[in-house]
Amino acid sequence: MLLNQFLLLAAVLFAIGVYGVLTRKNGVLVLMSIELILNSVNINLVAFGTFNADVSGQVFALFIIAVAAAEVGVGLAIVLLIYRNRRSIDVSEADMLKG
Amino acid sequence: MLIAQEFVRPIIDWHGVAPELTLLAIGAMVTLVDIIWNEKAQRIIPTLTGLGFLAALLPVLTLWSDRDELPRVMWDGAYVVDEYSLVLKGLFLVSAYVVVLLATNYMHDGDYYEGEFYQLVSASVVGMLVMTSARDLISIFVAIELISIPAYLMAAWRKRDLKSNEAGLKYMLMGVFASALMLYGMSLLYGFAGDTRLAAIAPALRSSESIPLITLAVVFVVVGFGFKVSAVPFHTWAPDTYEGAPTPLTAFLAVASKAAGFVALMSVVIVAFPEQSGVAEPLLWVLAAVTMTVGNLIAMRQTNIVRMLAYSGIAQAGYMIAPLAVFGDVPSSAARAIVIYLVIYAAMNLGAFAVVITAARKTRSGEISSYGGLFQYAPGLAVLMTLFLFSLAGIPPFGGWYAKYQVFLVLVEPATTAGYVLAAIGAVNAVLAAFYYLSIMKQMWFMPEPNGDHTRVQITPSLQAALAITAIVTLVTGVLPGVIPDVGDLVVALP
Repeated sequence: MLLNQFLLLAAVLFAIGVYGVLTRKNGVLVLMSIELILNSVNINLVAFGTFNADVSGQVFALFIIAVAAAEVGVGLAIVLLIYRNRRSIDVSEADMLKG
Repeated sequence: MLIAQEFVRPIIDWHGVAPELTLLAIGAMVTLVDIIWNEKAQRIIPTLTGLGFLAALLPVLTLWSDRDELPRVMWDGAYVVDEYSLVLKGLFLVSAYVVVLLATNYMHDGDYYEGEFYQLVSASVVGMLVMTSARDLISIFVAIELISIPAYLMAAWRKRDLKSNEAGLKYMLMGVFASALMLYGMSLLYGFAGDTRLAAIAPALRSSESIPLITLAVVFVVVGFGFKVSAVPFHTWAPDTYEGAPTPLTAFLAVASKAAGFVALMSVVIVAFPEQSGVAEPLLWVLAAVTMTVGNLIAMRQTNIVRMLAYSGIAQAGYMIAPLAVFGDVPSSAARAIVIYLVIYAAMNLGAFAVVITAARKTRSGEISSYGGLFQYAPGLAVLMTLFLFSLAGIPPFGGWYAKYQVFLVLVEPATTAGYVLAAIGAVNAVLAAFYYLSIMKQMWFMPEPNGDHTRVQITPSLQAALAITAIVTLVTGVLPGVIPDVGDLVVALP
């Protein structure tokens, strides 16, 4: 089995995700970029698991999917809260606390 | 391809997991009481949660008294109850109890949602208990998320307050991003080892030839944990979140959540990376040196006491990372020094936050200038704050000096240049830190009250209890350091 293609795909997704987190100002898009990173991790884990003939990689990926859902649930709730109070989800406008 | 295996039900040591299960039951009970009696139960929920933490301490004590049975290894070495994990479980439960004491009147007087707050604290503490025993990438990941996700919600607790919203947003975005980076590193580690157990990763890393990829994996995992323990340069969320969040939650984040990050960092670095200490050690050396220096330098120019404590906590985190910079030669004493530091840091920092919360009941302010005249109208509180600040600065005979002394002992033990240089940086930083701790003392003891208001501060019974517990622990650990139980070696062997 060719492992590199999967790893390369995951690395590209990871890089796109990190770029998105660092440059996007929209709160929801930042969360989506984080999802991209998590999916690149899942691809890595499943590819390694199949390559090593070991099931724990797929189990790990399942855990990540479940926890990511919880994370995004909480994340969207906080973004919604910000939207209600500010009418904007631009994360760069959240700058009341600094120093 | 995957080989179908016959399923064998793992043997569960019910005594070993009793602390976690007890706390889970308590959390469920608090939720039910809140749902069934709603408003009528608001007054008893904090008491119930506090008693629940103490109840979960009982199985920890019975496990400790039954030490001959240790280590209790479950799930093929993924979950280990040893002396190290029991000491830390005790630390987390007692800190959580003190946080509940701090929150009792704060949440009630602020008219916030009380029941949910205590349910989320219990959930977060269950994650911490799991973290102390986790010796497997999957359980470490699940534990760290169980700790963090409730904390994101609690940071944004004041729904109408823009500052609290912002605190929650920053903490959530940085925390989730850090987890994602950590997971990418973990997926690479899993690729090398073909196994998620930490003890199986170490030999796999030794036999592997691809040093660049291993470096990548180690760097991502350490960076991920660096966010959780607020190490510089991954600390930017901490002061903002601490300032905007409700203060009892700030105490929880600064002590319990940070300690949990350290437990994860320690377990992974010491158990999984010993064969790659040439990669992990220099990285952690730089993190430790930068964290303590930058934390102290920025703390000096803070005017808000919570922000100052946040930066002081960042500097203290630098001291706690320092033993890991030389762990390859002395893994056991590095772990011991960090655990001792965590116990003493928890007591003195929770104490400082208890004074901040108590003083804010009168001054309604977090500015350092509002501490003027504290000695005249609340002499007891000023004396206690002095005790905690002396301890944070590392002045004998209070706990803090012993914690720093242990760190320095570990740094010079391997007799390497790196260790000596880091110890010297630590010593310079201890002097820098004393400067800003002493400036608060100057405010409290010598400056007049800014508004000329000399009414006394009301100290509620729960705050009195929190102040008493933290002050006693800070004093006793300084005078009789032997009371902190020895954590022994981390159990690294596979069954």
